[in-house]
This record gives sequence, C-alpha cells and structure tokens, in this order.
Amino acid sequence: MELNGYHCAGEGCAEAEDEDTAGPELLLPAGGEPPCSSAAAGSGEKAMADGPAHRERRISNSTPARQRLDSLKKSRPPFPWFGMDIGGTLVKLVYFEPKDITAEEEQEEVESLKSIRHYLTSHTAYGKTGIRDVHLELPDLILWGRKGSLHFIRFPTQELPAFLQMGRDKHFSSLHTTLCATGGGAYKFEADFRTMADLQLLKLDELDCLIKGVLYIDSVVARGPPECYYYENPTHPENCQQKAYNLENPYPLLLVNIGSGVSILAVYSKDNYKRVTGTSLGGGTFLGLCCLLTGCSTFEEALEMASRGESTRVDKLVRDIYGGDYERFGLPGWAVASSFGNMMCKEKRDSVSKEDLARATLVTITNNIGSITRMCALNENIERVVFVGNFLRVNTLSMKLLAYALDYWSKGQLKALFLRHEGYFGAVGALLELLNSS
Amino acid sequence: MATPGGTNRASHSLDKSITLPPDEIFRNLENAKRFAIDIGGSLTKLAYYSTVQHKVAKVRSFDHTAKAGVQQEADGEPLYEISVQEEITARLHFIKFENTYIETCLDFIKDHLVNTETKVIKATGGGAYKFKDLIEKKLKLKVDKEDEMSCLIKGCNFVLKNIPHEAFVYAKHADSEFRFQNTRPDIFPYLLVNIGSGVSIVKVESEDKFERIGGSSIGGGTFWGLGALLTKTKRFDELLQLASKGQHTNVDMLVKDIYGGAYGSLGLTGDLIASSFGKSATADKEFSQEDMAKSLLHMISNDIGQLACLYARLHNLNRVYFGGFFIRGHPVTMHTITYSINFFTKGEVQALFLRHEGYLGAIGAFLKGAEEDNPNQYSWGENYAGSSGLMSVSPDLNPMQRARSGTFDMLEMDRLERQLVNLPLLQDPSSYIPDTVDLTEDALAREYWLYCFEEALDGVVKRAVASQKDQPEAAERAEKFRQKYRHKLQTLRHQPFAYGSLTVRSLLDTREHCLNEFNFPDPYSKIKQRENDMALKYYQKVVRSLEELSWEQRQFALVRGILAGNVFDWGAKAVSDVLESDPEFGFEQAKQQLQERPWLVDAYNQWVERLKGPPHKCALFFVDNSGMDIILGVFPFVRELLLRGTEVVLASNSGPALNDVTNSELQIVTERIAAMDPVIQTAVKEERLILVQSGSSSPCLDLSRLDKVLATVVRERGTDLVIIEGMGRAIHTNYYAMLSCESLKLAVIKNSWLAERLGGKIFSVVFKYEVPSKAQGLH
Repeated sequence: MELNGYHCAGEGCAEAEDEDTAGPELLLPAGGEPPCSSAAAGSGEKAMADGPAHRERRISNSTPARQRLDSLKKSRPPFPWFGMDIGGTLVKLVYFEPKDITAEEEQEEVESLKSIRHYLTSHTAYGKTGIRDVHLELPDLILWGRKGSLHFIRFPTQELPAFLQMGRDKHFSSLHTTLCATGGGAYKFEADFRTMADLQLLKLDELDCLIKGVLYIDSVVARGPPECYYYENPTHPENCQQKAYNLENPYPLLLVNIGSGVSILAVYSKDNYKRVTGTSLGGGTFLGLCCLLTGCSTFEEALEMASRGESTRVDKLVRDIYGGDYERFGLPGWAVASSFGNMMCKEKRDSVSKEDLARATLVTITNNIGSITRMCALNENIERVVFVGNFLRVNTLSMKLLAYALDYWSKGQLKALFLRHEGYFGAVGALLELLNSS
Repeated sequence: MATPGGTNRASHSLDKSITLPPDEIFRNLENAKRFAIDIGGSLTKLAYYSTVQHKVAKVRSFDHTAKAGVQQEADGEPLYEISVQEEITARLHFIKFENTYIETCLDFIKDHLVNTETKVIKATGGGAYKFKDLIEKKLKLKVDKEDEMSCLIKGCNFVLKNIPHEAFVYAKHADSEFRFQNTRPDIFPYLLVNIGSGVSIVKVESEDKFERIGGSSIGGGTFWGLGALLTKTKRFDELLQLASKGQHTNVDMLVKDIYGGAYGSLGLTGDLIASSFGKSATADKEFSQEDMAKSLLHMISNDIGQLACLYARLHNLNRVYFGGFFIRGHPVTMHTITYSINFFTKGEVQALFLRHEGYLGAIGAFLKGAEEDNPNQYSWGENYAGSSGLMSVSPDLNPMQRARSGTFDMLEMDRLERQLVNLPLLQDPSSYIPDTVDLTEDALAREYWLYCFEEALDGVVKRAVASQKDQPEAAERAEKFRQKYRHKLQTLRHQPFAYGSLTVRSLLDTREHCLNEFNFPDPYSKIKQRENDMALKYYQKVVRSLEELSWEQRQFALVRGILAGNVFDWGAKAVSDVLESDPEFGFEQAKQQLQERPWLVDAYNQWVERLKGPPHKCALFFVDNSGMDIILGVFPFVRELLLRGTEVVLASNSGPALNDVTNSELQIVTERIAAMDPVIQTAVKEERLILVQSGSSSPCLDLSRLDKVLATVVRERGTDLVIIEGMGRAIHTNYYAMLSCESLKLAVIKNSWLAERLGGKIFSVVFKYEVPSKAQGLH
C-alpha cells in the first residue's frame, strides 16, 4: 500500500523552519542556486509532537475513526502529492512533504521520488526564477492520515518548459502519480506535459480549486500568524495595523482573485458560488505598464519603485481641478479625478520620475479593482470581501489601499480581508482533488 | 465638427489671424441676447438667444359682407388676399469652435452686439475660469459661473425632449452605423456617463433631480496621459488614430494565451482580454505605438463600460447615455464603449450617444440664464438649414468631410409657436415611428430619393422666384437657396446620419427650412389661392351630383372624390409636370387617372360595411392639399360624415409646406363653403365641425409632435376615427402607425418608383381601413 511512501530518517526533514526570519526580503529573485539550509533540522521533530499530531492519535484509538483511517489508507493516493495552478504569469506549486515516513517506507522509496523530495525541500530557490515561499510553509499538517509539511513554490509560466525538462530528467512519469493541475495552463500546456514529460494532467476547474483551497487553508492554520487578517483603521494610516480575522463562518463572501487579470466570485456556501465578473486590469496590467513606462522587468522591481514614488504628480486630483473638495458631489480634494491626468501636459510629463509612474500605475490598478469590487459587493449584497492572488504578494501598499478604498467609499460597510497564502489557493485546491483522482 | 486637439496649442497661443465669415457663423447677433459660454479643454461652445424676423405669407379674407347672400364670387376676384408680413420668432444659436479662436470670436461678437440689455454671460466648463478676465474685458459682460454638471444635465434633458432622433446606438459594422432612437414621451430616468478626463456617472430622475452616483478616475485623461507617455504622440485625436491602426492582441494577454483556447465553463471566449498589457511585462521586447494605443483604448473603454453597467444594474436603469470629450463624435470610442456595454450586459443595455452631446453644457448654461423666457415651456425644433449636423470625425470614414467641416460647428433651434405633444390615440407612443422607410438603412431608397430631390431642385427654385415676381432680388436669393439645399443633399449623400435618420420627411423639411432661410416662406401661396378659387366654383355642382346618387354609389363616389382630389399635388413630380403643362387638367381628368378597384391596398368593402353601422362619434381628419383636394374631395366627404351625425375635426398645417392647405387658408375656405352650404354652415355654427392646427409645417406628419390644443380636442370629443390623407402623411409617414381607434389611410401614389416598390403602378390607390384589435380604443 505504501509502496511510494517515505521512510523518515531525520535528514529528510531538512527544510527550514525559519519562518520567523523569512521576511519578504528573502523572496527577492534569487541570483542562482542558494545554499540549502539544514540549520533548522530537528525543529521539525519538536513540532511533530504538538497539536495536530496528538489529535490524530486520539482519533486513531476510536473504532469508527480507525475504520475511516483504514479506508483512507486504501484510497490514499501514492506519493508524491502535488497540486499545481498554471496561471498567465506564474505557476504555483504546492507540495506535501510527508514527515512521518517509517524506516520501512524509506527503504522502499524509489530513487526518483527521493530525488524530487530532496530537491524541493533542500532548496528555497530553483533555477533563476523559481522560489519556495518558506515563510508560508505549513508544518505538522495532517493530510489524509499522513503528517508532513505543505510547501509553496512558484515560478514564471514562461519557465514551464524548463520545469517539464526537469520532470523528464527526474523520471517523474515513472511514479505513476496523477498531476492535479488547474489554471489556464492546465489546458494550454496539457499536450506539452504529455509529450515533453510523459505526464498525464488531471485538469481541474480554477474557481472550484480556488474556493476549496481558501476554505481548506483557513481551516488548517491553527497556529503561527493568522491566515486571514484585515487592516484596522484603514482610513488612518498612522493607526492602521493588521488584525487577525476569524473566517470560521465566512458566507456570503466576495472572493477577489487578483492574478494577471481579476476574477470576482460570490461564494454563498462551500459548493455554491458564481463568478460575478472580472476585469482585465490586474496584476499583469500593473507589471506590463510598469515595464513599458519605467523599463523595469520584475514585479518586485516595479513594487520597489512604486514604494519610492509619488502618484499625485502623475494623477490629476479633485483639488487640482476644483481647488479643494467638490462638495456638491461629496468628492474630497485628495481623490483622484483622472488617473495619469497630469500626463496630458508636456511639462508635467517631463517632470515626473519613473518611481512616480510606477506608483501611479499601482494606485490606478488597485483603486480600480477596489471600485469594481465595491460595486459587485453592492449588487450582490455582500459585506465581506476576501482578496487573494499574487498581485498582493509583498504588496502592502495595495492591500492598505484596498482596505482604505473599501472602507471609505462604503462608509465602513465593507470589510477588506486578506489571506497570507494569497496566490496559492488554486494550487492547494488542486492538491485536494488528488484524493478523488484514484 | 471640430475635434478636441492638444490643449497646449489651443489654450496658450490665441490665433488672431483668421477671418471669420461674418454672417455665416454668428448669425443674428444684432438681435442676440442672453449669452452663455462653455469652455472646455480645447473647444468653446457659445450659446445665445436671438429673435429672427421672418417673412411669412398671411392670408386674409376680403370683406364679403357687402355681397351677403351672393353665393357665386364675381369672376376673377380672388377668394382671399395674400400678404407677406414680417413675423418675429425666437431662435437659439449654438456655435462650437476651437479655443484658439476665442479672442477673435469675442472681438467679432463685441463689434456686432447691439443689444445693451445684456449684462451677464453664463459660463461653465473647466476653461470658464481661465478665460473669465478676457471675456469680461472684451464683452463688458459679467461672467456668471454655473456648475458644470448641472448645466450638462439641463442641456441633456433639453435635447432629449426637443430634438427627434437625438440619441443613437452606434453599430460599426451595420449598414448604417447610427441607429437613431425615437423621442420618448418620458425621458426619465436615465444614466449619463460623462467621460472627460475622469468619469462621472450621473443618475437623472427628473428635470430637477439628479445625483452623481459614482465615477472613475480612469477616463479620457488616462487614455491621453498614458497614451502620451507610451507613444510620444501628444494629441488626443492622433492617439485615437494610432489606436485605430493597432493590434491589441500583441500587447494584451488573452484568455487563449492562458488557456490555449476558450475557457468554456465560464463562457469566456479565447479572444477575450484576460490581462490588459499582460504581454508587455517584459523588458526585452519592443511594442509598436499603434498596438499599445489600441490596448490602452480597449482597457479604458472596457473598464468604463463595466463600471457603467454595474451602476446601471444597481440602480435598475437601462437607458445609459455616454458623453464627454472621450466620446464626442469619435467612432473609435463609440465602438469600443458599445462593445463593452454589450459584453457586460449581454445585450440587455444599449450604449446610447447624443448627436449634440458637445453642446450640452452650453445649452444648460444658457437655459439657466434664460429662465425668465421660460424656454422649457415651449417646444423647439432643430433648424436643418442652420445646423451643421453630425459629422463623422473619423478620417478613415470621411477624409473629405473632415477637411471641409473646418472649425465651426453650429446648431440652431427654432422656438415653435405651439407646444407639441403626442396624439393621444397612438397605441404605443414609445414605439411609434412616423417614417415608413429609414433611408439611413435603405441604401437603394436613399439613392433614389436624393436623386429625386436633386432633380426637383430646379423646379423649386423656379417656383420660388415666380412666387415673388415683384421682388428683383428674388432670383439671387433663390440661387442661394439652391446652393444651400444642394449642399445639404450632398452632405446627406455622404453622411445620411447627419440630422438623425434620413427620411423623405426630413428631406422635405430640410427643403422647407432652407426656403424659409432665404425668405421664401410660401412659394405656392398664389397657386394655392388660384386653385382654391377654382375649386370653390365647382363645389356646389359636385355636392349636387353626389346627392343624386344612391347611398352605396355615393359612398364610393365620395372616396373616389378624395382620391381624385389628392392627385392635385405639387409635391409630386409626375403631377406638377402635368399641372405646369396643362392648366385645364381638372377634377374629372384626375378621376380617370385613378387605378380601378381592386386597389393596391383595398379595404373599401370593410369601410362601407362599417358605414352601415352606427355613426362615429368624432372623426379627426388630417388634410393634405389645397384646391380640388380639400374643397371637392375632403369637404363632400366631411359633409357626409356630418350628416351621419359624426363630429369632424379638420387638422391642417400651422405653417405652409408645398401646396398643402394651411390652417388660415382652411378657415377662409370653410367660411366660403359654409356660405354656400347650409350643412357646413350649421355644423360650423354648432361646432360639430371645427378646425385645428396640426402644429406642423411639413408635408409629412409626425403624430408624436402635434399641437397641444389638437390633443385636447381629440380627447374631449372622444374621437373614434382618424383619417389621414395623402402620400406625405399616409405613405411616407404613418403607413404603419398603430392607432387605438379606427383609422383610414388613403392616398394616391404619384411616384412610379414608390408605387413599384409597393407592388403597383403610378396612380395606384392605397385605401387602408384599420380597426384596432382591442375593440373600442382607449381614450
């Protein structure tokens, strides 16, 4: 039954438990193969002893639970456990690393499986552009009766051929595992997976996966930083701070997924949701325009520039037109009247910096998403809005802006919520489908 | 139509070198008062009110009291006298020009302004502040600033109410790009999406109640500003041109770029944009300026369309008008916005545009300053002679027009003497379309009628000159008329949408407006006078011969009489040729021309059956031509109705058009007939026969714009039969009009092309008798 399982021997748990130190700065593009970290070895063992593990043990003693576990064992898919979300810009990969591998399992573990596990867990960067978001790792997770860590990895979609090449080199196909994939790329690259790596994809609906992923992650994160949070006092920048939010009873909620483009879903229950609308002005637009306007080439670069710029030099504000507030219509002077409106004028075009342009692009795209979201929330009569997607990754600027915009324009009616695993829910949802695949 | 150009050029260097064609643009300045100005980013719109002295033909009955009892007029003495008098009417002038010309224009106005009562000028628009001092200095008028948005809304309400075919749907790939909307009896509520540098979304609920319900900072300024950064193209219209040549798929990430095809389960097609500029997220690729401009245009249009739809849905509104400089006459943006609205509402909401969108602010500012003249209490009509009409500014569409239209665009509106309302008997006023054929859509028919009107032009000019033999400069004026009308026809050939839907009616009305413009108020007055004289002589004979017939025979003879009378139509070339060459052509000859039964449309049997039943309560009769038609055709028929116990309301034109009988002529004719015929006399005395004005001066008939008095009479009298006579009123218009009571539409087709189209020959007869399915119409 556990032919493809692991035999754990300490060394397999080499992945970093360096969650506390892994700030965003670690996520900047890696220049090459970073050294593998083994400093935190052993901390995993300690973790294994608490919380969820105990619960599992208790469950195993009761008879019905025993049976459930047995049946789970039978239906449990063989390792490795992957979930993939192939988007327009990024491929998101989640990998469940079992940490309860018995010696027996370890011995039986085939070489290719071991090699993949080692490769993924002993690095935090892959090639020039692949990143493992170590700070997001969920350790001590019980999934289908196995205990382990959930890893979160991403790389640009344009690197997919290299990824497939690697899969081929590592004889991934010999593992006879099902690769659960969602996102547009699951369709677009299905043939490539087959021809280049001899892999059969199980294609899954993007929105299904997204919602399953959100609900799952929120339900399993029990300790560490809260999964769901919001900004308190969003309209007072000086007092504005993150606060945990309990998403236990989340319905109805508006789920706004900001990837290259934006999808807005109204979720009424676990299985009842609809796509309300979407917009093509998303993360891809921010980066695309920034590249054209500033010559930058990465999201991190664009964000960094934006953080140093001033959008009011680029945008025309209400006060630029009316000298102050436009009281008749309740428009405050600081509101943007025309995004990039100052750029109609040559002198002003000549006087702005690239940083200003990057900031204005960020503000324009973010505010627009906020505005469309607010209208959808009103039309659907929903007050809770959860923003996810990789546009928000290391993008506190946009999150605070969204929190502000929603709060201000709805007069406090709407709440903007954020999730720590912002971009990975589709991939998580895909992984969860693995159980149903066999 | 001028185009918004670069603000830099337009606002900073004032061009004084141009010389204005003085009377062509700022017309009637000597009688002008109540100025208003709307200064935008690149265009200035000036509005004023003027009084116009018009020559009008008046008819006046001679004093017949001396000859009381004498039934026959002395030979050669005409029935009534015609005099040409001056009449003063009110007109609104709106002129649009580039800001570059503002100083020159102000100078010109100052030099020609006579009226000294005017003390203030209402001003609105972003530039009003900037030019305040200049205006005050030049014109010695105090600038009184008005809120931009409320001017816009006021202007919008005004044009929607007063200009037929003001709003249109834009369909780039259709046979006619512009699909004009009928004036609705109730214009509220609606959504106005004004796309200037930013976007304002305004919900308008009534004349005085509107609210800015939302907006967006992504607007025309974003297109312009970002476009200038991305492409190094500085002018707004150049950016649009650039965009129209680009391929956005090189820059945008489409659904198929992510999915490899469509995203079927969500119904997202592969060509849909998933991420605007998604492909440009790279440092090592160059993108063409055209492609980036196109991508930007799509991004902004889609975004605005989406927000507009979200607001429309939230407020449950389905009429959404778009305006602002981003839209203003630009086919490119009208197309992208239309596309976006269709996409986001799945066709449930249509994007509507306005022909005079650029004038809304100026109109509104003007109206605010003119409240004491109560402009909203009157009905106004677009003067086709003095208005430039909608021009396509797309160079691809019409390079010639663009160059020709120059920098000045005008709109003139005449205050109508009467307030116009719907005929209460229309089955569904909101779906009523007066015109039978839309020449904007029917290219073949357009071709024919434009040719027809051009052919007829010589004759009209000749007739005009002949009508004013005593005035030596008439020939010169007539020549000017010819040039103006020919020019209009040429414009319409290229841009049939210039004044709304092109129809036979609009071609006829444009001709009347042009004739009036050059002081030919009534070229047919003398002909009408002569023909009325002539016909009156035969009236009694005709009545007597009818009385000799059996009831059945008489009913048929009466109908044939109307039809024969209707042959006398100077508007129809086939007839006017005969009438010019054969002065002896009479009532009997006309009867012989008529098609024998069965007619082309023949509901005569049903009509006679109906006549065997109870009499109608009251008949409303829209009459047509003077002379034989009204006197020997209509009056005997009316007489029979009166004898049956039916009251009759005769509706005739308020002003002259061709040889149609006008209300004032009809009054004299009726008096004369009453003097000969006791039946008519009694009916007039007892007010069982009354005359009303239609409110129109057109050879055609728009049942949605009729004199308010007529509507009241119709309602009060419980009218249950409407009779519409003649080609103009029953064929070119109203052929398909659905009424809530019985109706008769009768006409002789005096045009072989039209007859053929309807499946008949020249002088075919249409006799349409209709009973609404819901018996006994609603009153």
